[in-house]
This record gives sequence, C-alpha cells and structure tokens, in this order.
Amino acid sequence: MPVTDDVLDLTEVLASYDPVIGLEVHVELSTATKMFCGCATTFGAAPNTQTCPVCLGLPGALPVANAAAVDAAIRIGLALNCSIAQRCRFARKNYFYPDMTKNFQTSQYDEPIAFDGHLDVEVPTGDGGSFTYRVEIERAHMEEDAGKSTHVTTGGGSSRIVGADHSLLDYNRAGTPLVEIVTRPLVGAGEHAPAVARAYVGALRDIVRALDVSDARMEQGSLRCDANVSLRPRAGEDRRGPEQLAVPLGTRTETKNVNSLRSVERAVVYEMTRQGAVLGSGAAVTQETRHWHEDSGTTSAGRPKSDADDYRYFPEPDLVPVAPSAERVEKLRATLPEPPDRRRRRLQGEWGLSDLELRDVVGSGALDLIDASVAAGASPAGARKWWMGEVLRRANAQARELGEMGLTPEHVAELDALVGAGRLNDSMARQVLDGVLAGEGTPEQVADDRGLALVSDDGALTDAVDRVIAANEAVAAKVRGGKVAAAGALIGQVMKEMKGQADAAKVRALILERLGVAG
Amino acid sequence: MTDHPDLVRRSAARLAADLAARDVSAVEVVRAHLDRMDAVDGAVHAYLHRDDEGALATAREVDAARARGEALHPLAGVPVAVKDVACTVGQPTTAGSKMLEGWMPPYDATVVERLRAAGLPILGKTNMDEFAMGSSTEHSAYGVTRNPWDLTRVPGGSGGGSSAVLASFQAPLAVGSDTGGSIRQPAAVTGTVGTKPTYGGVSRYGVIALASSLDQIGPCARTVLDTALLHEVLAGHDPRDSTSIDAPVPPVVQAARRADVAGLRIGVVGGRDATGYQPGVLARFTEALDRLEAAGATVVDVACPHFDYAVAAYYLILPSEASSNLARYDAMRYGLRVDPSRGGASSAEQVMAASREAGFGDEVKRRIILGTYALSAGYVDAYYGQAQRVRTLVAHDFAAAFEQVDVLVSPTTPTTAYPIGEKVDDPLAMYRLDVTTIPANLAGVPGLSVPVGLADEDGLPVGLQVLAPAMADDRLYTVAAALERDLVDAWGAPLLDRAPEVSTSPVPTPTRQEA
Repeated sequence: MPVTDDVLDLTEVLASYDPVIGLEVHVELSTATKMFCGCATTFGAAPNTQTCPVCLGLPGALPVANAAAVDAAIRIGLALNCSIAQRCRFARKNYFYPDMTKNFQTSQYDEPIAFDGHLDVEVPTGDGGSFTYRVEIERAHMEEDAGKSTHVTTGGGSSRIVGADHSLLDYNRAGTPLVEIVTRPLVGAGEHAPAVARAYVGALRDIVRALDVSDARMEQGSLRCDANVSLRPRAGEDRRGPEQLAVPLGTRTETKNVNSLRSVERAVVYEMTRQGAVLGSGAAVTQETRHWHEDSGTTSAGRPKSDADDYRYFPEPDLVPVAPSAERVEKLRATLPEPPDRRRRRLQGEWGLSDLELRDVVGSGALDLIDASVAAGASPAGARKWWMGEVLRRANAQARELGEMGLTPEHVAELDALVGAGRLNDSMARQVLDGVLAGEGTPEQVADDRGLALVSDDGALTDAVDRVIAANEAVAAKVRGGKVAAAGALIGQVMKEMKGQADAAKVRALILERLGVAG
Repeated sequence: MTDHPDLVRRSAARLAADLAARDVSAVEVVRAHLDRMDAVDGAVHAYLHRDDEGALATAREVDAARARGEALHPLAGVPVAVKDVACTVGQPTTAGSKMLEGWMPPYDATVVERLRAAGLPILGKTNMDEFAMGSSTEHSAYGVTRNPWDLTRVPGGSGGGSSAVLASFQAPLAVGSDTGGSIRQPAAVTGTVGTKPTYGGVSRYGVIALASSLDQIGPCARTVLDTALLHEVLAGHDPRDSTSIDAPVPPVVQAARRADVAGLRIGVVGGRDATGYQPGVLARFTEALDRLEAAGATVVDVACPHFDYAVAAYYLILPSEASSNLARYDAMRYGLRVDPSRGGASSAEQVMAASREAGFGDEVKRRIILGTYALSAGYVDAYYGQAQRVRTLVAHDFAAAFEQVDVLVSPTTPTTAYPIGEKVDDPLAMYRLDVTTIPANLAGVPGLSVPVGLADEDGLPVGLQVLAPAMADDRLYTVAAALERDLVDAWGAPLLDRAPEVSTSPVPTPTRQEA
C-alpha cells in the first residue's frame, strides 16, 4: 500500500500543537460460551462449526444474556474504579454488513454497565524515570462481536474488499462477548501522549489478565485497540493550564485495530506527525477511520466517519434489563485480585528492585514467573537471576515467551535450592537448566543423571591447588608479589583439574590462602 | 372418507374425550380434517402448507402409544394448525413473505416443540399478512384468505388463516400471534375465540418477530374451553426467551370450566355508544353486558383517557422495532436472493438492496421506512421516545382501571368483516380499526375475544373483548366461558352452526389496484 502522506517532525508538532488522545479498547471475554447463546467460543475451530440459530440470526431466534459475561464486565468495571449501573439495558446498533447476522449489533448505548472510572498508569519518560498519569474511564459496556469476512480474489488470496471477487464468512466469532472500555479525552500528556497510550493499554491488558476474564492477546485480536488522535493549537505554558484546556478539541481520526503495545505508541506518533503536516499546510484534518500498517508504521485513510453516523440505537426489546443487586456487585468486588500496579510496587519492595530493574522484569513478562518461583521456595534474587538471565537469553534467541519455555517456577525454585545448598556451581547449574529445558526431568533428576555435583572433599581440592601452584611457580610468584589478578590463571587450572566440579570462589580463596595473600 | 363425517365439527375437548374413550382414533380424526381441507380450502385458502404425512405420522404414534396404555397428554391426537410465523422443522416457514419462500427452518419454535411433545398432529401452516403486518391477510404474498361466513370478505388479520381454518372446520385448534390484535380481531370477525396471553406468558422463541415488545403467541379455537386447553399447552417459562415470565401458568382451564362471573366487577372501556362503531356491533355488545349483569357481575364504565393515543404510539413503536427485526432478511445467508447484475459481479450491498426490493411487499416496505425514520438521529425522541411515553401512560391507565374492576370489556373490533379490497389502499383506515386491541399489546396485559352474535345489518359475527391484569389470564376465561354458555343456551346452538356451508368452488378475487 503506497503511503504518500507528509509527516512533520514530532518536536515541531509538539511546539505548535497539543495532542489529545482517546482510546477504545475491546476485550474479548474468555467465557466458555457466547454472549447470547450457548455456542462455544474456542479459537481456531473450523469455520461455521460454532453457530446456532441465535448467533446466525435465523428468523425467530432470540438472545439470552450470558450471566458469566455480565459478571466479567462488572469485575472489569470494578477493577477500573467504575460505578456499576443498578439497572441497564442492551441496545441495538443498526447497520447493514454481511458479517452481522442480524444487521444490528447488540450492544449498550446510553446505559453502560460500568461508568465514571479511572486507572492510574506508570508512564516511562524515556530517561529511566517515570510519572503517574490518571486515565479517566468514561464507560465500559457489553456487546457482541461480529463474524469474520475473508475477501478472496481468484488467483490469490487477499484481505482487502477492493478487487475481491467473492467473500467468505465465518460466524464462529459472531456473538462472542466483548467489553468495550472507552476513555475520556486524555489531555495534558504533551510529548508523553504516545507513551501514555501505550502504558494505558498495557495496564489494561494486565488488569484483564489478572482478573482472568480474557487472554488479552493483542496479536490474536482478543484485545483490540482503536486510537483516537487529534491536535489543537498550543495555548499557554502549561498543557494542563486553563488556557490550553479552553482550546476546543481538533478534528480526530480513529486508527483501528492496532495490534501490539508498541504499535499503539507508534500509531499515535504517526498520526500526530501526519496531522501536524496536514494542519501545517493549512488544510483541515478529515474526520475518518484510519487503518494501521504494521510493516510501514503508517496509517491510511479508511471510511469517512462523521458524528452524524446514524446507528438508530434503541433499547433491545428481546432482552430484559441487567439489574445486578448490590449484593452481587459486592460479591464480585471481593473476587478482585490485587491491582497490578499495587502488586508491582509491593513486589518491588519485597524483592529490593530499582525502578529500572522492575521495568525490565515487567517488560520481559517475568513478573508472574518470578513471583511464582518465590512462592515455590526460591530466593527473590535467585529467581530473578534465572528468569531474567539464562532463561530470557534462550527465550530471546528462540523468539519465544518466557512462559512457553517448558520451565516451571517449581523447577527454578529447585535449581535455586541446589545452588544455595552448594551442590551445584553456576556452570553446573546452567548444564542442569539445559537438561530441564531439553525435557530430561526436574533439576534434581538432571543433576543426578548427568552426575553433576560439587566436590566437597577439601582434601582433594587442596591437593589440586598445591599441584597447580607447584607447576606454575612463576605465576605464583606474581601473585605473592601483589598481582592478585594473576590468580585467575591458577583458578582456571584448578577448575580444569577438578573437571569443573568445584566452587570457583572457594578455589580462589584457597589459592590466595596458600600463597599468603589477602583476598 | 371417514365413518365420522361430523368429526371436524367437534370441539377439541370433545375430540380429546372421544380419543381417550377410544371411540375414534387419532388417525381417523386427522384424516377427517385432511378430507375437509381437500373439500373447502380451495375456496377459503387458509393453509399455505399442508403436512398430511407429518400429521398422520403423529396420529399413528399417538394411537400406538394409547394402545400400549401409555400416559398421554389430554389433547394428544387432537390436530392443530400453526400460523406460518412459527418455525417448524420439516415444513416451510415463510411468515407470508416471498422473502422466505420455501425456507425450511432447522429448528422448532418452543410452542411447536410443546405441541409435538403433547402429541398434537400439526396439519399445516396458516396464511397471514406478510410478517404479520396487516389486519386482513390481504398483505400475504401468497394470496388472500377468505372469511368462511362470506367468501367475499376478509377473515381478519394478520392471523386470518388461523381464524378461517377454525371457522371452516379445517382444524379444531390453531396457534396465532398477536402484536396489535392479530389473534383477537380475526377471532371476532369469524365467530371464533382467540387469546393474546400476558406478554411473557408464552415463549416467543422461534416465532418470527414483528415487534418484539408487542408480539405474543396465543391459542385460537371455536370454544372458550378449547382455547384454554391450548393455552395451557403453549404457556410456561422458556429459558430461551429472556422476556419469558418464570412463574406458574394462570389456571386458565379451571377458570374456563368454572365460568362464573357472580360478584365480578366488569369495566366498560370506551363507552357503550362510541362513534365509529357499527350499530350491530354495539347492539350485540350491550346485550352481552346485560347478560353479564344478569349473571351476577357488576358492570361500570371506566375511563382510560390515554387509549386515544394508543394507535399513534403503536404505529411508531411497531415500525421502529420491525425495521430492525427485518434487517436480517438480506439474502446473505437464507431466503430470496436477487443478483441485480445476473452475472455475479454485484456487491453484497447491491444484492441486499435488490433482494429486499423484490422480497418485501408494499406494507412491509412502508413500515420499514416509517420505523427507520422514527429511529433516526434527530427524530428518535420526538417519535420513538414520545411513543414510549404514551405507552407508559396507557399502562398507567390499565393499572388505574384494574384498581376499580377485575376485567375490562369492549367490542373486539369497531366493525364486522369488511369486503376484500375495500381498505387495502387506505392503510390509515385499516390501522384505525386496531384501536380496541392495541392498548393490551402496549401494556402487555392479556386479552381474549369471544363471539356474542351476529350484527343485524350484515349477519356477520361480532366479538367481545375481555382484558385482564398481567398474569390474570384466568379471568379472561371465566368471563368468556360464562358469556359463551349463556349465549349458546339462548341460541340453542353454537354461533358457527349459523355460518353458511362453504362453497367448494373457488371464488374470483377482486384484484388490487397497483399503485
């Protein structure tokens, strides 16, 4: 797709304009069945095998709301500090499209299940620091997903409708429960606006995962982000000051289906620079949806979208209102996990990590694994060393997630215990790790099978040290003369004599002791 | 031919007793009705589809089960006709529309499941106005149904097929649907009985929606007791319909058998001499009131001032919901498909537009356009919103009225059956005739129509409507049964005995002027 849009340098954009963003995130709930019928929601089933009269919109079929999905929506609302509606209705959003079996989407309109919330997110400043930004949540509402269209051209597949000569429809996804979470306009973030967007979506993803209501996998589409971006002229020094806030919002674009955290940030940056160029040329930004192109890092014009889009919303007469009792809401509130940001701060304290270290841990997806390893008996330092070191290195090399390496927190705890007890040194432990990753068993089993254990017989070790000193008198003399660093060569030889099965630190101490030098 | 030529004139209750006593077999009962259909439906055109084999198969199963001494539902073996709005596996379901011509549903409506579970042979599917939009069956895509009392007149609508089937003895029981009177009005103009139950009393699952908040499925028959017996089969909670009421079914059969109005307070809504009502209709209605008083009821006038706005509100709410409910008929998955390019180069949108243009009739298009307009941004509050407020006021009128009285009564329709073609080009005139039946749908309360005689000026049937508070459907039956017993005693025979024998030669239809 050729992209010919001009872009302005981000610094120039920020000098003249104030960015305002708004985020709409769709979370696909991981309920066993669909929003309004009993069909399964399994990902990847053969096309149209998970359908029934209800989700196919057959004449006469009627919806019934999935109570588990309503509970999940309420829990998401509570986790985002929202108020929960005492009574709310579904609404029909009417529009014709072949992937909508009824040609209306059952959604919520002016009566969302959750509203008026907020989420405080930690936004990195790029220089190793961070600040907290409060994202105001306007609403979270329940709705159903549509089916999936695949547009096909003869002589080769295509995903675009233009030029396609037929389309295939798979309604397996039709009726899958979604919760859409809409922010209020995020103002005052200035140059941090793209990072705020990314941090918010990341925080939201962590929350829904912690709630265990969704896989929240952006690459699979179970968490989808639409980013609204607009620019308005700068006014006053303070982007949160009354002068700036008094400037009306500029015309916005909505970039659809941005499918990774990194892309959220890039898409916001791109739209800021593109809109900056449009405005800078004296033209007006067109209100429209835009498509995000992951490969080029650009957006392209989609459907023009005006505020006058008329979906002819009206309350869904086939569904009774949802009226969760105060009791039910409080019961659900009691099931909320510790908020991810609070948990992170707690663990940071317990493990004694710097902000940067914590961010690395979170960024690599090791937080839960380390926490579970500690719970299984590992020391925090040991658990972090393994997951963030050897395991992460191997995962990166294989382009896999830490959690997919076949290593459990229990393995790490066991490995850590073997090292702590002096049975393995680091190089042996790495060999044991290789064995565990190769599926040879638990660390104990691997160490036993491979015959890996430190020699604890001091006599054998002392003999080896004496032999090496005697054979390398010149080096020994240097060490005696104060060049302690020269001991490295002796240590290496001792380790070789011991076939690696000795604790290097102990070897060093013995050599220095024998040569009468203080370590 | 059967050994029991009068079988088709028997009531469902009588047939049930005869079947239980093994005086007659279910197969004989079904065959008698199939023979009757052969004889008269060419003239009446009440059935869109006959399922002779299916009905006989059910009858054979019932007879076999009875022979084995199995416990059977009291109505097992008594045949029934189903309005073509309810999904039936094995029989096409069209809702009277070209859009669904030949469509075979892959599932049964809940009411159809219940009929099958009770062992009622389903004779076929009855004609109706397209998607239940109309009061005469003239808007069926498959031709008008004729009133058995006078084949040049309409049988009411939208459920004219079900009412005509009963009045021409082609079935003892029929299932209807009532959105603004489509069960009660056809019953009134054919001298039969029909009930619109409390909203939520009968599952709507599998019944093709017209206006979801107004639609209700209900029983039709020739006697009040038969209607109650079918009501009991159809009603009850269904977890597949979110609006279904989870409460015991009101004791309708017991009430029909009790047939006692002594001490009952009856309110007359709309006055006894309302303008715009046919004199013969008012005469039979006031006589019926006298009979109720004589039977021990207290009859008082009750004011329901907002009923005057009910028709206007109804014709905004119904089209709004219908415009959305009918959006699914887009040729993408089932039903009529018209490709305007004929070569397959049309876009999905072009196919949708061409199919909807070809598949929907004028009345359906009129209401889709009205509803789309009423829901549009900028208009939704003035039209749909305002109509909903009227709806609330109508419900308040009912609540206030039922503080004073136990039931309300009125003529079911302002006039008797009108000639085919008379009003088909004047939709407003047709809409206005729904004035008596619409308030019950807006408020969700139950209503029933029972025959009270023939109008002097045209000799055609007149119906009286009884309305009761929500979930007090049993009151309808006790009032109607008392009146029916009194009237039949006075007449010496059921009203339908006075209907002329249906001519077996088809009658030419006055063709409609196309716009």
